[in-house]
Formats: sequence, structure tokens, C-alpha cells
Amino acid sequence: MRRRVLPGFGLSLGYALIYLGLIVMLPLAALAWKASGIGFEGLVRLLSAPRTLAALRLSVGGAVVAALINAVIGLLVGWVLVRYRFPGRRLFDALVDLPFALPTAVAGIALTTLYAPNGWIGRWLEPLGIKVAYTPLGVFIAMVFVGFPFVVRTLQPVLASLERDVEEAAESLGAQRWQTFFRVILPMLAPTLLTGFALALARAVGEYGSVIFIAGNIPMRSEIAPLLIVQKLEQFDVAGAAALGVAMLSLSFGLLVLVALLQRWSHRWAERAA
Amino acid sequence: MKKSILVWLVAAGMWLSGAACAGDASLLNVSYDPTRELYRQINTAFAAQWKSQHGDDVSIKMSHGGSGKQARSVVDGLPADVVTLALAYDIDAIADRGLLAKDWQKKLPNNATPYTSTIVFLVRKGNPKGIKDWADLVRPGIQVVTPNPKSSGGARWNFLAAWGYALKQAGGSEATARTYVKELYKHVPVLDTGARGATNTFVQRGVGDVLIAWENEALLAKRQLGGDTFEIVVPSVTIVAEPPVAVVDSNVDKHGTRAIAQAYVEFLYSPQGQDIAAKNFYRPRAADVAARYASQFPATHTFTLAELFGDWRQVQAKFFADGAIFDQLGPGS
Repeated sequence: MRRRVLPGFGLSLGYALIYLGLIVMLPLAALAWKASGIGFEGLVRLLSAPRTLAALRLSVGGAVVAALINAVIGLLVGWVLVRYRFPGRRLFDALVDLPFALPTAVAGIALTTLYAPNGWIGRWLEPLGIKVAYTPLGVFIAMVFVGFPFVVRTLQPVLASLERDVEEAAESLGAQRWQTFFRVILPMLAPTLLTGFALALARAVGEYGSVIFIAGNIPMRSEIAPLLIVQKLEQFDVAGAAALGVAMLSLSFGLLVLVALLQRWSHRWAERAA
Repeated sequence: MKKSILVWLVAAGMWLSGAACAGDASLLNVSYDPTRELYRQINTAFAAQWKSQHGDDVSIKMSHGGSGKQARSVVDGLPADVVTLALAYDIDAIADRGLLAKDWQKKLPNNATPYTSTIVFLVRKGNPKGIKDWADLVRPGIQVVTPNPKSSGGARWNFLAAWGYALKQAGGSEATARTYVKELYKHVPVLDTGARGATNTFVQRGVGDVLIAWENEALLAKRQLGGDTFEIVVPSVTIVAEPPVAVVDSNVDKHGTRAIAQAYVEFLYSPQGQDIAAKNFYRPRAADVAARYASQFPATHTFTLAELFGDWRQVQAKFFADGAIFDQLGPGS
């Protein structure tokens, strides 16, 4: 019989499921239970309100664009950090984790300080007519900030394990550099890139702490969906807040499922290409 | 080896989370954000008085946060002996869950508000835009900073102050108040979630020409930043902001702290408590203390919530509930 590293399958599985149940499923169940308080009609009214829709559009739309930007820039940064050796590389590598480690409120305040009309960056943008803090653009920048490490950190190990001889083979067969990149490297990276994209997206959709300080919080314009939840709680409308929470969760879950499908498809694509 | 590291980690975690408790009599005062400085001094003075009268040490723990969030925490089980919040509506919410009697506001003098404040304007040094009164806030080009009344208790007082000003003008009516307040919120570029956030946006970020603020926040900001960067403008008419206090009946009975908790809230009304309140820029209720600090608190025409609006339950339903007046005329609508 094969020896297992962890004690018995039954015990390990049991612990894993109980832990997941307590830490993840129980709070989610409580959320759904609280949300059921507003009833179906209440839910429809809540979700079809123009203000809710505007906030969801900003939260989800901003997060999708931020995750796309992060996918592109994250790929570039990961590539540079893995492929090149330069002074200060380890420092830059450590810097990538900063958005993970920084308390979100601190990140939000720091970003606002930079981009406020009298801030270091904001004061140069203001005369050009570009307002960042307290506009949807500010929300977007905060979302890029918090999502960035997810892409880099998921890509790095895969980038490191890419066999260079594949690229060399492509080159020796006469491929242009862009052909090598788009037809050889990108297909191999695509599944991981999608994972990074999904993680960055999920983080940005629900992000409150770092976004709230830089958002203007003006209804219909620069108000994020998590703020609506906080406002409902402030009025002791727990059911409404929970319902909105469930709606956002479903939306994120839907997006994640979509990304997972894309991943499976790109896996097959990568295998065919290889 | 590995195991002992784990044990240490768990132990350190428990220590960090404050699982250990002190022995002596202790009270938990759950309060809102800008009262930190006030209650630090109140607690020291009260503990000294209690010790001299009863010979026992008493330690008072504080919890600060947004008023509504604090009320929710108490409802959810935060074991507050005393609550000192920004508006009666938040204590009503605790009373609705049966943690204290519905008529809590009758148990202490002055509707259970030992000190008051009013709503004033903070403007930049020299008052470059010449802001004197509410009417100036809706002039073209003026930017106003105030927090969101949907998420901030303090901001609800600001909203009602503006509404009341419009009502009190010659020919003022519901309709003119609606028009004025709608216009006012069009001049707001940022709706912070809380009062301190709004103060920061105005003071640190340089956003806006005028901050609508509680007088005690405005005076505190002015003192902490030096008097030469900001000025306070007192409008012609404003509201009396009444932050109430209450003993949480079911919690003090559970903890056996009713006597201390009662003495603590009554201490706020004592000459010493009133003096500390005044030092922290809250308007004292006691006439003699108020007279001593008269220079700090300029006279202004004020109205109370009860005079114009009734009680907080009515106010909440009429103005701030979902789909109510603020949503109807709020910015972006």
C-alpha cells in the first residue's frame, strides 16, 4: 500500500470540509438567510433601482477594466522580474506585494493624498483638466492598485518554468518575435493569466477600504456598490444590505465561472498549440 | 519543535486579541468618532471622583466609531454599559431590540443630552469667497464639503440645519426648503462617509470652499491646525445638535454595574463634567458654565429638532429612508 504524507484520507478530507464549512459556508449561509428577509419583490425593487444599477456598473465595470490593465501590465512586470537580472531586482520583486500587505484604508488614504487636487500627482493633472480623486477615475486607479499583485504572483512561477528551448525552436524555424510571443508564449500562459485576471477582478469588485477614500461617493456618479451596503447598515436595514451583498456575490461568482470556462477552453488551446 | 512554534503563535494571537481581562470594576462606554478627546478627560475625572467617594478603582473602556455602526455593534452584542452617540435615532435602534427602555430619553435631564453643539461653517483663512450665511453656499462656483447623511449621523444634523434655515426664511415652506437643499447638494463634490473624513477632505486635501461641520469639530480642527489657516463662520440660523447618552439596562444588570454606569452619565451633568465638555468645545447645558465659556461659543439663532421636525423616527422616515427626500433630491438624481 502506498504511504500517505498526511494521515488518512478520511481524516484529512473531514477536517478540510469542516474547516471550509465553518469559515466559508456558514457566513455565506447566514448572509443568504439575512437577505431572505426582504422577499422577492423587495429584491427586485432594490436591484432595479437606478442608484443600485449605477453603483454596480461602477464597481463591476471598473473592476473588469482594472483587471484587464493589470493582466497586461502584470504580465510585463512578471516577465521583466523573471527574465532579466538588474540591480534592485529583489527590491522591485518585494514591492509587488505591497498592495497585499498594506491595510486597505492606508492604501486609500495614500492614493488620495497623491491624486487630490493639491496632491503630488494631482496638482500636475489638475491644470490639464484631469480630475482623479473623487471621480470614477480615482475608483479605477485604486482598483488597479489592489489587484496588481494577483496577476504578477500567479504568473511568476509559470513564467519561470517556461522552457526557453521552445522559443529558440520557434525562432530557428523562422518565426518573427511577435509570432513567437503570440503563437507560442501567450497560449502557454493564457490559463494562468486568466487565473490572475479572475483574482484581481474578484478583489476589485468587493474592495471597500482603499476605494472609499478616493471615490467621491456621489450617488449615480462615483458611488461604489459596497458603499450602498454600508449605507443600508447605517439605517439598520440588515436585510437590504445582505440582499445587496448576495447580489454582488452572485455577480462575482458568475464572472468567476465565466473565467473558469475560458480557462478550460484556453487549456485545450494551449495543449493543441504545444 | 514545530508544535511549540504553533502553540506560541496561538498564544500570541490570543494575547493580541486581548482575551485576557483585568479584574477591577470596569465600564464600557460605546461612543461615536469625534468624542475621543472629550471622554479621555471625562474618564480620568470620573475615576478620580469615584475613588474618592467609594474608595474603589474603576476603569472605563472606550469604543469609538461611526455612530450608526456603534449602535449596530451594541445590538449585535458589544457589551456596552453606557452609550454616548451622535443622535437619538441610534439609541432608539438599540431600544427597539429591548436592550433599554423605549423612554430612555426621559431618564436624564434635557432629553438625555448633557451637552450640545451646533452646525457651523469652516472656511479658508480670510474667507476668500466671502461666505456669511447659508444663502452663500449655493452661489455659482462655491464648493461645499459635507458628509453623506445616508452613512453619517453627524451629516444628518447638517442636512436638517440647511433645511431648517430655508424653512425659517420669509415665505419659507417645504417647497422652498426642497429647492434650497437640492441646490446645496449640487455644490458638493465629495460626499464622505463620515464627519472626520469630510474634515480631512476639506483640510488636508484642499477640496471645497466651505465645510459644514459640528462646531466642536470646527473648533478642534482650528485649534489643532493653528488658527491662521481656517476661520469659523456662524450662520444666521442653525440647528442645536443634541448627542444623547444612555445606560444600557440589560447590560448593566448582567455586569452588575448599574450604580457606576448611572453615576457616570450623571457625572456628565455635574459642574466638573460640564466644564470638561466646554473645554472640548461642546456647549454645556449648565448656564453658569456656559457663561464662563461664552466667548468660545458665539450666540446664534438656533432651533431644535423637536421644534421643526418632531423626533428622529419621523425625521428618518421623512428624509433619510430609502426613497425618501434625500434620495429624491440628492446629487445625481
